[in-house]
Amino acid sequence: MVRIYAIKDPLAENRIFLSRVVAIFIFILFVMIGLVARLIYLQITGYEHYSTMAKSNRIKSLPLSPTRGIIYDREGRVLAENIPSYSLELVPEQIKDLDNTLLRLQALLNISDEKIAQFLKQKKREKHFSSIPLLLRLTDEEVAKFSVVRPYFPGVDVHARLLRHYHYGLLTAHVVGYVGRINEKELKSLPVAQYRGTHHIGKMGIEKTYESQLHGQTGYAEIETNAQGRAIKTIASDDPIPGADIYLTLDIDLQKTVYDALEGQTGAAVAIEIKTGDVLAFISRPGFDPNPFVYGISQKAYNVLQQSADQPLFNRALRGQYPPGSTIKPFLGLAGMEYNVTEFKHKLFCPGFYQLPKFKHKYRDWKKRGHGLVDLNDAITQSCDVYFYNLAKTLGIDKIHDFLQQFGFGQKTGIDLVGEKAGLLPSKAWKRKNRNLPWYPGETLITGIGQGFIQVTPLQLARATATLANKGKVVSPHLVARIVNSNYTSTHSSTAETQINLKKRNVEDIISAMVNVIHGARGTARTLREGVDYQIAGKTGTAQVFTVKQEEKYEEEGLDKKLKDHALFMAFAPASEPQIAVAVIVENGGHGGSVAAPIAGKIMQQYLSPVSIVMGETVDH
Amino acid sequence: MITKIKGEQFYPSSVIGTVLRKLHIDTPLFIGLILACALSFLILYSASGQNTTVLIRQATRIGVAFVLMIVLAHINPRQFYRHSALLYVFGILLLIAVLVVGLVGKGAQRWLDLGFFRFQPSEMIKITTPMMIAWFLSGYSLPPKPKQLILAGLMITIPTVLIAKQPDLGTSLLVASSGATVLFFAGLSRRFMMATCAVLASLTPVLWHFMKDYQKGRVLTLLNPEADPMGRGYHIIQSKIAIGSGGVHGKGWLGSTQSKLDFLPESSTDFIFAVFAEEFGLLGCLALLILYLLIISRCLYIAVQAQDTYNRLLAGSLTFTFFVYVFVNIGMVIGILPVVGIPLPLISYGGTSMVTLLAGFGILMSIHTHRKFLPS
Repeated sequence: MVRIYAIKDPLAENRIFLSRVVAIFIFILFVMIGLVARLIYLQITGYEHYSTMAKSNRIKSLPLSPTRGIIYDREGRVLAENIPSYSLELVPEQIKDLDNTLLRLQALLNISDEKIAQFLKQKKREKHFSSIPLLLRLTDEEVAKFSVVRPYFPGVDVHARLLRHYHYGLLTAHVVGYVGRINEKELKSLPVAQYRGTHHIGKMGIEKTYESQLHGQTGYAEIETNAQGRAIKTIASDDPIPGADIYLTLDIDLQKTVYDALEGQTGAAVAIEIKTGDVLAFISRPGFDPNPFVYGISQKAYNVLQQSADQPLFNRALRGQYPPGSTIKPFLGLAGMEYNVTEFKHKLFCPGFYQLPKFKHKYRDWKKRGHGLVDLNDAITQSCDVYFYNLAKTLGIDKIHDFLQQFGFGQKTGIDLVGEKAGLLPSKAWKRKNRNLPWYPGETLITGIGQGFIQVTPLQLARATATLANKGKVVSPHLVARIVNSNYTSTHSSTAETQINLKKRNVEDIISAMVNVIHGARGTARTLREGVDYQIAGKTGTAQVFTVKQEEKYEEEGLDKKLKDHALFMAFAPASEPQIAVAVIVENGGHGGSVAAPIAGKIMQQYLSPVSIVMGETVDH
Repeated sequence: MITKIKGEQFYPSSVIGTVLRKLHIDTPLFIGLILACALSFLILYSASGQNTTVLIRQATRIGVAFVLMIVLAHINPRQFYRHSALLYVFGILLLIAVLVVGLVGKGAQRWLDLGFFRFQPSEMIKITTPMMIAWFLSGYSLPPKPKQLILAGLMITIPTVLIAKQPDLGTSLLVASSGATVLFFAGLSRRFMMATCAVLASLTPVLWHFMKDYQKGRVLTLLNPEADPMGRGYHIIQSKIAIGSGGVHGKGWLGSTQSKLDFLPESSTDFIFAVFAEEFGLLGCLALLILYLLIISRCLYIAVQAQDTYNRLLAGSLTFTFFVYVFVNIGMVIGILPVVGIPLPLISYGGTSMVTLLAGFGILMSIHTHRKFLPS
């Protein structure tokens, strides 16, 4: 290449260049000093700040969830335990395209949209990088199916988790209750730190009442993690304290007896050990299997339970409120004697109806022809209504109220279950306050036969029966016998015992009348005495659901099942040395003597001469 | 003891000296480069998670780059001078080729696939542009006249625009600065420089308008990284955490948690300085900056010692480009410059920039070792 060189001044050019090099060098020095100044700012001034940030970057505290306490029956048989089960879990932060991954998983394992929605909901409230279950209780086949394609699902893994399982699901659902996934509302009121690693919480029954004891203490592990959240090593840890084990007063054999005895019925039965107040059996039928609630019941299955006319989710023993019918009579008879308005041998003529002076209305006896001349013993044994119309009228509603209240009617029993109903024990003051109406004399009469406003729960009735059997020493029913923790055992201690002021003679008279209900020649529950070598004291009851008009006849056959009378029975045995008190209510069952009494009979039989039923056999899958 | 050899050059008289002399190697610069490469191995070992494969690859690249450097050091600078225009035009053609048939990588079209290896023409342009300007200006008496300045400006603009279109803003700015530096060393008047600065400053809003969204984002992120800590700001925040948590003494070699636990992305490449600062602290950073300063000083000395205008201008420009590399990378890592894809020279993992840089040092050595000895 040829170029024409211009005339140059090498010395001048050299001078310019040199000055420029010096300028550049000074510039470079300044810039370098600038960089150093910035480094000093970051590394000396900002050191504290940035090293704290580096530490919080890498150290994550991971909750170590405690094992939930086991629930046993009184004999130490497991009612609720934790069994290892496989769950499909996702760490959303490790998944590039979550929507796509969920779609693929859905196609692979046939997951319902509902489960996906549930997962996305849960995802919102979980901490970053936590493993969130999508499917619980995978079958072996599902585990195998997923394992094959696992490499194509980064961030998705099968974990073995402990899942609550109820061996006798149907038998214990209304007592033990169940655990379910924590919902948004519960989350707000829970101690956040305690529940960081926990996905389930007691929703019902003992699981709910004793949630804090069963849950245990969450532990923490300080884990060094990388930017992907993968644990590198454990720096420090604080082990979780497992939840306390709970021994219930329930006897699963007896529970099974009651459950089976109520087969095909809608109703409830409660059995209480009189001396202790231990609830031996507590059944509401129809029952339901609590296990699906643990791993997420489908909306469809839930709707079936929810909308069923029989209301299997409804805890009848605890929350069902029924007119006590004639089962109230022994208490009323006792009231009459205690208030000295009647005597045990005092006789009254029963023509089959009762009329208030100056009123036309006839209060009918269940026996149209009437019982003739009856004393209190006959009135209880044969369940004469007229006798009690008269007695109620003589006592007046407020005395009835005051007396029955002592046996716990109209009040919660204080059992350790959530949601108990108090029933209703009417009085003049109550009616004025709640209905803003005066009390009518006729209302006193029907209260005398356990109809009208008065309502009791099966549990209340059982308790009142136990208290009567206990000669007026008030029994407090409870379900937990003891709570066993790693370092302590707390046993149930009954609270201050109340003794109702009763005359011993009167109580004995009433009990003897109740014995005659079963063992007497004209008792309404005579069938019960077959094959028992102990004496039972009891009282039948038939509670009206449907009011029969004057001059009309109650035709059982023609009635809609829902309008049929409720059958009730309350009893305790043995009459001389009472051990167990039972209350049975069969909704729309008809007559107490024929329907409810045999159920109570089976319960007492099983308790007083036990036959092992469930030991060694699996009742529920 | 200094001996005069062949009447041309001074070399320490020793066996190594003889070898280095035969290889046309400038000893002080060579020692500086070796030290820097040693540091590179040290920190790469840590940043890559003690991955020896990474080290072996880096060693291979450094080996190739050193060979190229020595080859270039052997070529007489007259040859560079003669072929400056040709190389420049060739480079421009390659850039056009890249835009037409180039490979797309990381969202930009920068590569040419030559079958046996992939080649990034923009790297070559970093050297051929200052060569061209130096060649062009050295034909006239200095300082350059306005007409020459306009032509030189055009020569800088063409490759700058072509590279910016790839898009590779970082490299295009480096190319522009390498060309502009030649003008500066050629004696560009202060008034002109100030005027240019003023014009550029006033053009900033226009430039902003033409910038792509992600480029705007980077600038905004620099101003306030905390605005988007998990997105755009993440990189710079993690980098600052790494540097700041290093403190004065550092966490010790292999002791960085930020890169070891993957909080700091690109810890082996563009953000390796953060790892260095975390492990060796402020003192280590000072040592590294001093090493860079020594290398730059030696290069400037070579530029001053060069015996004709072309060599001087070229040497000065190559030196300053090296410095720009250092400044832009560290400035970005410590959060005073926007994130641009420029590696830390001689330290970062990656072959292309290493080859270009050592090629530049090869030219500098060639300039220095081919001087005619002039008695003072």
